[in-house]
Amino acid sequence: MSLSLEEVGRIARLARIELSPAQAESTRDQLNGILGFIEQLQAVNTDGIQPMSHAVDVVQRLRPDTVTESDRREDFHQVAPETEAGLYLVPRVIE
Amino acid sequence: MTWEVVIGLETHTQLQTQSKIFSGAATAFGAAPNAQACAVDIALPGVLPVLNREAVVCAIRFGLAVDAQIASRSIFARKNYFYPDLPKGYQISQFEIPVVSGGGITIRVGESEKFVRLTRAHLEEDAGKSLHEDFHGKTGIDLNRAGTPLLEIVSEPDMSSATEAVAYARALHGLVTWIGICDGNMQEGSFRCDANVSVRRPGAPLGTRREIKNLNSFRFLEQAINYEIQWQINEIEEGRAIRQATVLFDPDTGETRAMRSKEDAQDYRYFPDPDLLPLEIKAGWIDEVKAGLPELPAAMQQRFVKDYGLSAYDAVTLTATRDTARYFEDAVTGAGKVNAKLCANWVMGEIAARLNKADLEIAAAPVSAAQLAGVILRIADNTLSNKIARDVFDALWNGEGRDADVVIETKGLKQITDTGAIEKIIDEILAANQKSVEEFRAGKEKAFNALVGQAMKATKGKANPQQVNELLRARLAG
Repeated sequence: MSLSLEEVGRIARLARIELSPAQAESTRDQLNGILGFIEQLQAVNTDGIQPMSHAVDVVQRLRPDTVTESDRREDFHQVAPETEAGLYLVPRVIE
Repeated sequence: MTWEVVIGLETHTQLQTQSKIFSGAATAFGAAPNAQACAVDIALPGVLPVLNREAVVCAIRFGLAVDAQIASRSIFARKNYFYPDLPKGYQISQFEIPVVSGGGITIRVGESEKFVRLTRAHLEEDAGKSLHEDFHGKTGIDLNRAGTPLLEIVSEPDMSSATEAVAYARALHGLVTWIGICDGNMQEGSFRCDANVSVRRPGAPLGTRREIKNLNSFRFLEQAINYEIQWQINEIEEGRAIRQATVLFDPDTGETRAMRSKEDAQDYRYFPDPDLLPLEIKAGWIDEVKAGLPELPAAMQQRFVKDYGLSAYDAVTLTATRDTARYFEDAVTGAGKVNAKLCANWVMGEIAARLNKADLEIAAAPVSAAQLAGVILRIADNTLSNKIARDVFDALWNGEGRDADVVIETKGLKQITDTGAIEKIIDEILAANQKSVEEFRAGKEKAFNALVGQAMKATKGKANPQQVNELLRARLAG
């Protein structure tokens, strides 16, 4: 499997990444290289093997349902580009 | 030519936990903006999600309540899309292996029952809130809701009318509040529905569906679906094809309209979240949760029909909420099983009407179940007529006396059942109303009613009406 320039463009758009035509070509080649590795992996016979979602065969540790975080809004607002009335401000979103 | 309607619902239920699904920030409603959005919720670099055990317990409770399969191992996935109220650029959800799959809910529409199958229920986090009021041409973002635990419950497309969809949503709402996993507050967004609607000719393959997003009241759900059905039928009848779309319902106009900007968004590029390991649920844990589950509404309804001789309709009404069911059962405990039907009538009639008028929940009713049982016992043993019972109930509701017997005693409301006493009153009435007596003898039945009325009035309504009737007839015949 290999990706076309058009498909790379669509993936870039979904990821909100701007690519110049030259970058699009090099990105396509890099992605196709990765897909090549995956093709090698897919050649291995995995019949009867349970798919894993994680590289380590351990399960999720759970947290008790207690509130441990206090209000640190003022700290977080220090690193935000713009805030007002306790809100983070972003370029206007219209639906 | 007729049309067939196919509806499936996706419901987001907010789980009743103290803290968020992947962080230790509080979930309380109504906090100051961003005061409950911690480093994990706002997606600062380097943070890691850790799953809240209680959210998993809620999912297990639901799975057990709808007789579904609970996955021994389920996976969290990233659902990728860009929106400012989703700071990570992805929502943590479940995709290939949800925690709950299958099961179903029985709904009632009128006299008929229907089983609605469930596809799945999965755990996920909520997004924040965008405020589009004017901040100098910008949008304000409040991330307090980001990371709030949700259980998204997906039904099969088993409903064929707005009425059925509402019946399903109500049954589901009743169930999630019953088992205590969701507070059910629709105004605060704790229970919101998306409806997938399509139409087709009978026997034809499924039509193209449109999804109505974010319906947060049963009334809107019904209005939106009915509007959407009619819109789709009109489109097709006028020769236009339905295009798959996400639509919003506008309560002001009662119309649905397509959302812009969603064309690309369907490509969510799900993949397993490397930050979260598989969720393991062992059989022992399920057993433990099961042991803590209350009797479910369906089982309770069957018991009410079998043990108390109630109709299916009564049983469903009395199990609308756990508090209603508890109140009814407490009343039956006080008044005895033989009076269960009487208890049911009072809870569904007088009590429901008064609570409604006073805008109160049954848990806050001024008359306790034990007090109601006291009234019912006095009706059952003929101390009170139905009419006077209402006066006694009224007095209790207004806090005049601690139980029915005290009210009856202090207000002198005891029913007169002594035959001699009633006969004496009747004789006085007959003597004073010769005209009515003659009219009755001349064949006027109305005159009889007037005489009964006089007797009841003379006893301030306390005479047993049936006895008055019988004794009066006997006297007039004699």
